[in-house]
Amino acid sequence: MREEHASIGKSIVIKGEVSGSEDLTVEGQVEGKIELRDHVLTVGATGHVHADVAAKSIIVLGQVRGNLTASEKVDIRDKGSVEGDIVAPRVALADGADFRGSIDMRRKEPAVTSDWTVGGLKADVKTPTPANGERVSV
Amino acid sequence: MSAGPSSEIVASRGLATFLSLVSSRPAPDVVDLGPAIGANIAFLGERIGCRIHVKDLYADLDRHAHEGILDRFAEFLGGRFTGLDQSIDAVLCWDVFDYLLPAAASVLAGELIQALRPGGTLLAFFGTGKPGDRSFTRYLIVDEAHLRCRVSDAACGRERTLQNRDILRLFEGLDLFDSVLLKSGAREVLFRKPSPR
Repeated sequence: MREEHASIGKSIVIKGEVSGSEDLTVEGQVEGKIELRDHVLTVGATGHVHADVAAKSIIVLGQVRGNLTASEKVDIRDKGSVEGDIVAPRVALADGADFRGSIDMRRKEPAVTSDWTVGGLKADVKTPTPANGERVSV
Repeated sequence: MSAGPSSEIVASRGLATFLSLVSSRPAPDVVDLGPAIGANIAFLGERIGCRIHVKDLYADLDRHAHEGILDRFAEFLGGRFTGLDQSIDAVLCWDVFDYLLPAAASVLAGELIQALRPGGTLLAFFGTGKPGDRSFTRYLIVDEAHLRCRVSDAACGRERTLQNRDILRLFEGLDLFDSVLLKSGAREVLFRKPSPR
């Protein structure tokens, strides 16, 4: 089965919110917000993104100004430039890449989940778990 | 930690202690005063699982030197750490203090002391080259006990070699945790911010 893959060409300028369920390559300009929760965003060498981005993985060869959140990895390649804060479990930064901001690779403590059934309604109750692993009573 | 050839691996005793102290803190925030280096970010991310705030003061120094406004660097540093008050668990200074005029060094030390949380750790290197030497060293973490030093040209020269008493005076308010004098004459100094009694 062929993977869907969209691209925004060099001469295209988008202002607003871009979201989708396929991988996306940006060679043009995007200003606003990009959300590809389960997919890969590639900012190509000619791409200019001035937006907050959320995706599975983000690869930067061009320029990004905004905050990047990835559930898997952010990869800033040689000559790629990012000005903003990154949140991702893995971050790769090539020699020659330009980065200004913070990189958050803190391990998230899993919340303890329990199911409560009240009068036929089911609710997920998430109990916060502090970093020291002690259970908190709520 | 002598400058030497363009790339060499040197031993570090302070780094292992620094990493051990930082990794004992939950989800730590680390300030790196050097450039963003992929190897260091990957190492710190995997080893400590932290948030790294990249504040490349070497690039800032170079820019000020190019513009001929190094005398205004102290003023610039006064606004460089806004919003980090007592939120930082550790600071990697590398050898940036060797490049600062006394006024700038004093401002930077004050800003870092303010940024550290009680119990926070600060690692700095001193006396790694001759005053006037126009080169920066990039420190790449190889492992817990070794650094790869990459030397590159800089617009800004080293200012002075700080003596032990100068270093202690600079960081008054922090407790000296460890100080290692290497054969090269370089000093690795580790400070901790005391917890309130």
